[in-house]
Amino acid sequence: MFGKKVKLRITFLSFTFVSLILIVFLILKSLEENVVYFKSPTEIKNLSELTNKKVRVGGMVKKNSLEVNAKEISFVITDFKNEIKVTYSGIVPNLFEEEKGVVAEGFIQDRKFFVAKKILAKHDENYMPPEVKKALENN
Amino acid sequence: MNIFYKINNLSFKAQKYVFFLFIIVFSIGIVEALVLSPADYKQSDSVRIMYVHVPSAWTSVGIFSVIAILSLGNLIFKNKYFLTIAKSLAPSGLIFNIIALVTGAIWGRPTWGTWWAWDARITSMLVLCIFYILYILSWRVFENKESVNKITSVISILGLINLPIIKFSVEWWTTLHQPASITLSGSSIHSSMLLPLFIMTAAFVLFSVLIFLMKYNTELIKIKNKGLDRI
Repeated sequence: MFGKKVKLRITFLSFTFVSLILIVFLILKSLEENVVYFKSPTEIKNLSELTNKKVRVGGMVKKNSLEVNAKEISFVITDFKNEIKVTYSGIVPNLFEEEKGVVAEGFIQDRKFFVAKKILAKHDENYMPPEVKKALENN
Repeated sequence: MNIFYKINNLSFKAQKYVFFLFIIVFSIGIVEALVLSPADYKQSDSVRIMYVHVPSAWTSVGIFSVIAILSLGNLIFKNKYFLTIAKSLAPSGLIFNIIALVTGAIWGRPTWGTWWAWDARITSMLVLCIFYILYILSWRVFENKESVNKITSVISILGLINLPIIKFSVEWWTTLHQPASITLSGSSIHSSMLLPLFIMTAAFVLFSVLIFLMKYNTELIKIKNKGLDRI
């Protein structure tokens, strides 16, 4: 179908392309630790040593764990295997609530306790009108 | 290639039809998105920014893949019209990329609680933006015809590797950005919200085609007047 030169160029380009993909894959693989935006409570539990640096912990806000008082709020982040208790004082985003995704940025105190400096809500991929949500809950 | 003569003839005529089609589709889309579509159960009205954010992200990623494929076509078949088309596509791709980043920041502030996060999806979209800027700049900076063709092709093919990273970043790594709502197995966006999303996507694609035709026709006139780049 193609001429000899065209075939040669196709072979060369696909070879180059595959090698480039391989290079990028290896780079990303080695940087995986940094590409990950947050750690789960299980990963915090399994850390070999606790850092003083700022880290992010993410997971679900555990049901009935949210407590609000005058100074601060506290809640539990769970990945359904392990949990970590978080305290925070400040404004929370609109989508922050129990049983929804959350990412807390701050400092590890110990493997079960975390002080957040910033709270981010992690949204899920579901979008629907309120009536549909109601109908789903009634079922 | 004979097919390009047909395309070139068509592109002069098509411009005004595309313009009217865009006006119609965009008007329907904006009414659907802002008035007729329902508010979200969780985000209420701030979900409406999705109808700009998602279509512009799709359009910019789509345009870049077309640019990269055309550049591959040029490297293989050595036909410069591939590159003229690719060059004319780039500006609308960059604009939609910037729109996606900016609307993402505006949406992220009230919902996530931050303007910007260095997570994999957002960073890889920023990388795409840098590729777009490099691509457009290199068309302007280099004067030698042979080298400019090669440099721009190489940039777009390097950028092509970034596209699957953008797509799968939300699955491969933990990110703040939520995973894809629309997959091969279905959609987790309710159908009443999908309609404006698709109409707006059609409108943005039409707008890109319109800007592309304007740029492409200008390039064709330039080629004709110089009489140098004819194939």
